[in-house]
Amino acid sequence: MPAVEVNHIIKSYADKAAVNDLAFSVNQGEIFGLIGPNGAGKTTTIRMLMDIIKPDSGDVTILGEKLSEASKNKLGYMPEERGLYRKLSVIDSIIYLASLKGMHRHSAEEKANELLNQTGMLPNKRKKIEELSKGMGQIIQFIVTIIHDPELVILDEPFAGLDPVNTELLKKMFVGLRTQGKAVILSTHQMNQVEELCDRVLMINDGRAVLYGNLTEIKSRYRSHSVILDFEGELGQVPGVAEKRMHKGYVELVLDGNTAPKQVLERLVSTGIVINRFEVATPSLNEIFLEVAAKDHE
Amino acid sequence: MNKTYLIFRHEFLHTIKRTGFLILTLALPVLALLGIGVFHIVSGITKPPTEVAKVGYVDEAGGFDQFTTQGKITLVRFDTQEAATQALTKKDISEFFVIPPDYISAGIIDRYTVQKEVTPPSATETAIKNFLTSNLLAGKVPVATIARIEAPLNLVTTTLTGAGNVATEQGGLGNLIIPGVFGFLLALALIFSSIYVLQALGEEKENRLMEILLSSVSTRQLMTGKVLGIGLAGLAQVAVWVVSIPLLLGLASSSIGGFISTIRIPANFLVLGVTYFFLGYLLFAVLSAGVAAISATVREAQGLAGIFTIFAMAPFWFFSLILLFPNSPIWVVFSIFPFSAPVLVMLRLGMTGVPAWQLTVSIAVLVLSIVGGLLLTAKLLRTYLLMYGKRPNLGEIFRNLMIG
Repeated sequence: MPAVEVNHIIKSYADKAAVNDLAFSVNQGEIFGLIGPNGAGKTTTIRMLMDIIKPDSGDVTILGEKLSEASKNKLGYMPEERGLYRKLSVIDSIIYLASLKGMHRHSAEEKANELLNQTGMLPNKRKKIEELSKGMGQIIQFIVTIIHDPELVILDEPFAGLDPVNTELLKKMFVGLRTQGKAVILSTHQMNQVEELCDRVLMINDGRAVLYGNLTEIKSRYRSHSVILDFEGELGQVPGVAEKRMHKGYVELVLDGNTAPKQVLERLVSTGIVINRFEVATPSLNEIFLEVAAKDHE
Repeated sequence: MNKTYLIFRHEFLHTIKRTGFLILTLALPVLALLGIGVFHIVSGITKPPTEVAKVGYVDEAGGFDQFTTQGKITLVRFDTQEAATQALTKKDISEFFVIPPDYISAGIIDRYTVQKEVTPPSATETAIKNFLTSNLLAGKVPVATIARIEAPLNLVTTTLTGAGNVATEQGGLGNLIIPGVFGFLLALALIFSSIYVLQALGEEKENRLMEILLSSVSTRQLMTGKVLGIGLAGLAQVAVWVVSIPLLLGLASSSIGGFISTIRIPANFLVLGVTYFFLGYLLFAVLSAGVAAISATVREAQGLAGIFTIFAMAPFWFFSLILLFPNSPIWVVFSIFPFSAPVLVMLRLGMTGVPAWQLTVSIAVLVLSIVGGLLLTAKLLRTYLLMYGKRPNLGEIFRNLMIG
């Protein structure tokens, strides 16, 4: 059973479609990247997943059922713009918001202490939220998101404003959630994080899906027909190579249409040069993102 | 545990811990106790004069030599103004007056004193007046008639019911005090409670906590929990006042007496006070929630809410007019107008008998307004609670409400 199943949802504001016929699914035990430029419709999509707003048409199924008060308790959400009660203490904020997710006060406090300890925030549990730094506030927000052991976790730009130490801490926790079999939706602009963490992605632009599927497959699909070569020696003419592009520290060999990378490798080995690095050139997700967005605007 | 109850409890506890709320709640009993305390201290220090005051007079017109004892004032006759002045400077007398030869035709009395005053003390003025009247009428009318001429009227009014029986409420200034004070506090409670709702929702919208809350609870649960939680805190505040008013009144009446002992709480006042607070609060709170939904910041929301919260205080601007004409059709209309009804009805209850039909219509209109406000606010919350940035103009709001 998929954790999330979205069937052709449409949401319009005035005359503009914020989300236009979007369909995708998110599996349990995977980190799913939701990517797209600003105003693409990511937040509207997330709000429809959480039943905060209703789609004009189409439907959303969460953990096999329509979202209800009970199923809301199986969901953890960290919005892009963080917010907590500034005058409330860390522990009281966590307990109150955990109780709204159906946790009993006692177990919420126990779990809060455990997570605060795990994140090194235990000494701050009695501090008011307004006394914390932005990064500390985000860690508390993350604790609030996962304290009730949700089946589905939705994270909107979770790394924004975090220092490298806390970024690593959160990444480890996300991977931990996947290992526990939770579904994690990661909405972010940081493509390197998506590449590092996500199993599958959905890219939306102007409310429509423009890229959807397994990340490795997508990268393979957008692979250019060239190889990266770092070598020592004299590189002469290589049969099957249409063009050589010189870069700092390596050369990119653009293959002709009839030659496979394996054949080129065999030919290079036969020339007797020392090969330090040979790899099939694949574009970064960022490059794919820019290419798809540009094509979509044409 | 029920999520609406969790929000309700959170809001109630959060509100009653506010410094402003505590100050406002305790202001009435503490100020009243302070007032009673200050009265006792002042009355303990300032003993009423027990000695008989001596006031001198010079009779240049002739014939003013009887009735020289007027209450606690003794009138001492001097032959000349110089002799009287000398007695005044020696402090044998506290002051003196001169009855000039043309007093009968001119009616002027010259008074001399060493005290700097705004107006002559009423006790002295009455004593001089009665002394003159008594002497002028001596021998011409019976003594009893002289007393009547000096004090011709002691008006005792009895209010009758429509059936001709003596009414339980006899009106008067004593009857006005409690509704007036309570009305004022009610206006403050309504305004502050509305501000608390605005702040609670506005802050959650402003700091983006709203999205987290709405991922756990529905808009209906959020609004119900908030409005009732803050409402209960407001009701607790009113309850403290309602309970403390009779206690303080009893304490003040027994220890101070006088005018205080004439203060009465009009019949049904407590029941109506709580009813109007509850309904008025619900109306103001529901509309405050709507205003918070369409506003980008708490400050902006408070400005907008002023449009209707101003009606809670407005009856006090026209207090003297309401006092003079409590049954004017204008006040009847505003007793039915839902925003001004709670406070205006409280005030009028102390001044006049508000007919049952007016109370019924006023309460019915309040209830209908609350229902209408709820429907309107629910739509506004659904549409605007998660919209940030510029506040929508009235046209946009109207269009969105029509679309639903």
